[in-house]
Amino acid sequence: MNTVWLVVVCISIVFAAINGRIDGFTKAMFEAGKAAVEVCLYLVGIVSLWLGLTKILEDSGLIYKLSNFFRPAISFLFKNIPEGHPSITSMTLNLLANLFGLGNAATPLGIKAMEDLQTLNTENDTITFEMMLFIVINTSSIQLIPFTTIGLLASYGSQNPNVIILPTIIATVISSATAVGILYLFKKFSRKDR
Amino acid sequence: MDTISFAFQGLIPAFIFFTVIYGFAKGVPVYDSFVSGAKDGIGIIIGIFPYVLAIFIAVKTFEASGAHDFIKNMFSIVAAPLHIPAEVFSVAIVKPFSNAASLGIFTEILKSSGPDSLASMMAAVIMGSAETTFYVLAVYLGAVGIKKTKYLVPVCLAADMTGVVIVIILVKLLY
Repeated sequence: MNTVWLVVVCISIVFAAINGRIDGFTKAMFEAGKAAVEVCLYLVGIVSLWLGLTKILEDSGLIYKLSNFFRPAISFLFKNIPEGHPSITSMTLNLLANLFGLGNAATPLGIKAMEDLQTLNTENDTITFEMMLFIVINTSSIQLIPFTTIGLLASYGSQNPNVIILPTIIATVISSATAVGILYLFKKFSRKDR
Repeated sequence: MDTISFAFQGLIPAFIFFTVIYGFAKGVPVYDSFVSGAKDGIGIIIGIFPYVLAIFIAVKTFEASGAHDFIKNMFSIVAAPLHIPAEVFSVAIVKPFSNAASLGIFTEILKSSGPDSLASMMAAVIMGSAETTFYVLAVYLGAVGIKKTKYLVPVCLAADMTGVVIVIILVKLLY
């Protein structure tokens, strides 16, 4: 992330200088500050909401039943997670929320899943393979029906906005599979990390 | 479509209803439980805030400096002979950073080239099948304070690029 951030910021500064948009650059930085605060304020609300709800699930014991139910599917991919570990449930809930396109619910549940995965981590600031796998599946996004996109297409007068459903599902499945494949490829070629 | 979207809209309320009723039936003090879980929320977000800020600075300055337009023009030189609309790359570049920004670009494409054009179709499929990768990375890693990410970032970049290529080929084949 250090490299990515450095490169993007440097490119921006150089281009701002060349294009004579230094004032725009400064303005954009302050806008970024404002936008970050807005997004975080918004997140405080929903993250707390979902944490509250999952706490009820935890106290009622339902979370352990759920995790047992989804255990076979998740443990196929996440082989090193012990049975009945809470991360199985939080990951399952996050992936389900993604699947149904519930972005608002997916982020808090994903954060919860990362915290649960962190409890299995022996080196605090170093990522585990399970975390990488979870993030890669997340960022390649498995979504069944892209409601926002269809809604926008429809509102701009598309004849048949639903035609994008099939290619979206195919693309998302192929790209998720490819992403996991690439991750395993990297794992194979960096044995020293394991 | 309406029935499906209705069913999806009902998912969260149904889930909340079920959670609360189940908890009550099991003798859980649901209100106290909810509050004790929810109080952790603000701490998590305070931890995430600097990461989100860093990402937003990168995105906003990248757009404002004209670097984004430059890269888009570079792509259009490559894309034109292949009959790929250059606008598609705008969505592909911005989507990994910010959902809101990519929605804006998508809306622009819908307006300028029509909702049933090839550009709109490709952009729509990218919108649906790509994620806000760097935002997710910043938030998820920030939440647990992971600094050493090994090969995660290159994997995500490679996966995103493959995803866009897959979408372009797929939409070309289907329409």
